[in-house]
Amino acid sequence: MAAPILSIQNLSVALPAGGDRVHAVHNISLQIEPGQTLCVVGESGSGKSVMATTVMGLLARELKPVAGQVVLQGESLLEASSTRLRQLRGQAMGMVFQEPMTALNPVMTCGDQIDELLTTHTDWPADKRRAQVRQMLEHVRLPDPERMMRSYPHQLSGGQRQRIVIAMAVILKPALLICDEPTTALDVTTQKEILKLISQLQKEQGSAVLFITHDMGVVAEIADQVLVMNQGEAVESGPRLQVLKHPTQPYTQQLLAAVPSMAPARHGERSAAISEHAALRSQGRAPLLSGTDVSKTYLSRDWMGRSHPTHALHAASVAIHAGETVGIVGESGSGKSTFARCLIRLIDPTGGQIHWGDQEVATLSERALRPLRSQVQVVFQDPNRSLNPRRTVGQSLIEGAVNFGMGTAQAQALAEKLMTQVRLPVEALRRYPSQFSGGQRQRIAIARALACQPKVLVADEAVSALDVSVQAQILVLLREIQAEFGLGLLFITHDLRVAAQLCDRVIVMNQGKIVEQGPTVELYANPRDPYTQRLFASAPPGLEAL
Amino acid sequence: MAATVTQRLWAHGTVRFGVLVLGFMCLIALIAPLLGTVDPAAMDSNHINKAAGKSGDFALLDGSTVAHTFWFGTDSFGRDLYSRVVYGTRVSLLVGLSTALLSLALGGLLGMMAGYFRAVDAVLMRVMDGLMAIPAILLAIALVAALGANVGTVVVAIAIPEVPRVTRLVRSLVLTLREEPFVEAARALATPTPVILMRHILPNAMAPLLVQGTFVAASAVLTEAILSFLGLGLPPDIPTWGNIMAEGRVQFSQYPGNVLYPAMFLVPTVLAINLLGDGLRDVLDPKFARRGN
Repeated sequence: MAAPILSIQNLSVALPAGGDRVHAVHNISLQIEPGQTLCVVGESGSGKSVMATTVMGLLARELKPVAGQVVLQGESLLEASSTRLRQLRGQAMGMVFQEPMTALNPVMTCGDQIDELLTTHTDWPADKRRAQVRQMLEHVRLPDPERMMRSYPHQLSGGQRQRIVIAMAVILKPALLICDEPTTALDVTTQKEILKLISQLQKEQGSAVLFITHDMGVVAEIADQVLVMNQGEAVESGPRLQVLKHPTQPYTQQLLAAVPSMAPARHGERSAAISEHAALRSQGRAPLLSGTDVSKTYLSRDWMGRSHPTHALHAASVAIHAGETVGIVGESGSGKSTFARCLIRLIDPTGGQIHWGDQEVATLSERALRPLRSQVQVVFQDPNRSLNPRRTVGQSLIEGAVNFGMGTAQAQALAEKLMTQVRLPVEALRRYPSQFSGGQRQRIAIARALACQPKVLVADEAVSALDVSVQAQILVLLREIQAEFGLGLLFITHDLRVAAQLCDRVIVMNQGKIVEQGPTVELYANPRDPYTQRLFASAPPGLEAL
Repeated sequence: MAATVTQRLWAHGTVRFGVLVLGFMCLIALIAPLLGTVDPAAMDSNHINKAAGKSGDFALLDGSTVAHTFWFGTDSFGRDLYSRVVYGTRVSLLVGLSTALLSLALGGLLGMMAGYFRAVDAVLMRVMDGLMAIPAILLAIALVAALGANVGTVVVAIAIPEVPRVTRLVRSLVLTLREEPFVEAARALATPTPVILMRHILPNAMAPLLVQGTFVAASAVLTEAILSFLGLGLPPDIPTWGNIMAEGRVQFSQYPGNVLYPAMFLVPTVLAINLLGDGLRDVLDPKFARRGN
């Protein structure tokens, strides 16, 4: 067995006094051998990123390693000087971060940024450095390396930017590559390619990879070894198959069980009955929410005054009936959010008709729309930003009900009932949003929408910002609420697995157009459009495939 | 548990210093008649340009005389400098506070309109650009010249040039806040636009607005002194630090106290307001707060 490249023994990192726990990372040990990938997986707050930044020597000043050792190729990193660490970063360890736009300097060309690394760490002449950068860009499979070197980060796509970051991380052939959620900000098709690239580079350079992720699908795809973390402690570790297929710890089992399956959930008799019921009820009745040929075109003018149209949404149609869940899936920029925002009239469509019940609303003014808004409510992606931080939960909850003419006392009673319904204590009404976790806030946002007694609920990436276990709970809650109130649900997501679990019908969008739609079971079993096929092929294989 | 905002503010050194100094100044202004002062407008030709610390019988405006110690001496008209400086605190603080409130109210209102309504934005901001192109002190001079000098007009004259700056700040805050999901959610909940502005946008723009307000107040105290110094401020029967200095200027080399004593009050006041503003920004602005935590 080769000597490990990175070995961490009994590492503990203390949190500042007064935190919710004493250690950000407590008594963690791990080893990575050359050519191996260790996936550290855990939910937010598990301490996985703190551990990675400790290895890099980039810990925030308030965090202090208090015990243990971090040894990189025989050298102890916790005792190394900051000068030595600076030498090691780039040369002995490369880093890839989550958000490539913030990892790159926006006012420097990509070529110069990679070159800067070579200037710092080597004494190569300019032409050698240039050749090396060019070669590296080819190596990470960027098209037209010459142009890429001259480009600024904002001129590239997210995937291209991440390739530049990877090029910087591996150009000096470091023995250790640390990837902190490198694909979380990317679309699935891009994620697939980036993961492939990382494992290829690893094979060629024989480096060890420390890969931090929250996504079990990614773990299943690239890990050799897995370490599961929770609350700063190691829960379980071992080879990939052992941990994923035969987890021994309850926490790991729970985490794995929460990962949604790619197999559509609603093919049982129950759901068939529901859809039949919905179909019967909707016969001869108008859908609760429908859009016909909805378009949104943005016009920008150049300095000559010529207008340049951007078609964000092109003639998309949808109809949602009572008790039905329609999913819209697509990658970023596919127009799915634009579509949803047009349907709830948060932005004005430039074409097409929108009906809320029998009422055509596409061209109504904000004032005329207001009395109708109770019918269609929305839950947003980021629960941290969808509640006004300066109003109590109670004030936020009753706002809609009071706007639609309910008395304050009655609205208060309704708010209390809804809090119980979304399983939060009634006392919470008096507290402020900052005192709740992300999942709890999302429950509050759902309760707020329900307080208007809507007929249709639009959920715009409503579970994307949440940890898998919380995500699973919110999905259960949405299903319950739908069953109880007979709501129509329009569910916008980039996550094919979540859509599979929740939706009766799925609409696939790409570049502002609907490319394919159909019942979830049929669409997942047999995608016909080439784009849909590619999308499905890119989704991480998941646990079923192991 | 996170400390409350008040606790965090008090724990911040510069905030505490600013609050203490300003509190002291406010106290002086409030209890000025109790601090051994005489009528600041009373002149006694027997006590012209007395040195600091001398005492004597001082004739008041109604003809009566009191035994009085001239702590800061007297000026060239025979007025008690100490009384004038202490009473001057009232006007200076009043002008600072009123100017800040007025410019925040006007700028806040215009900024919210410009930030939230596209149509208003184009017209209003061009007017503000025009206003900003005129030097603030020149504009204030012109306004005082046109309106005449009393406390109200001086406040308006100092506040107007500050309005475009506040408007710009509020507009930029509103432009970001209006895209926040909680504002969109409020729209979906059919909240009327004025209510959205007052309930969801204004409270979340309050912290930077407050900080801006302190800087306006500090510069207002200075501007008032400058206007008075130039002879365009309040009439000499209302003592302000500015016009005390203006009158002392001519004989500065013989009697520097006439300029230095009011300056001893003016400098710490402006410094305290500025420090308070800096501290408020450190604590309230999330960008700075993160660094501090």
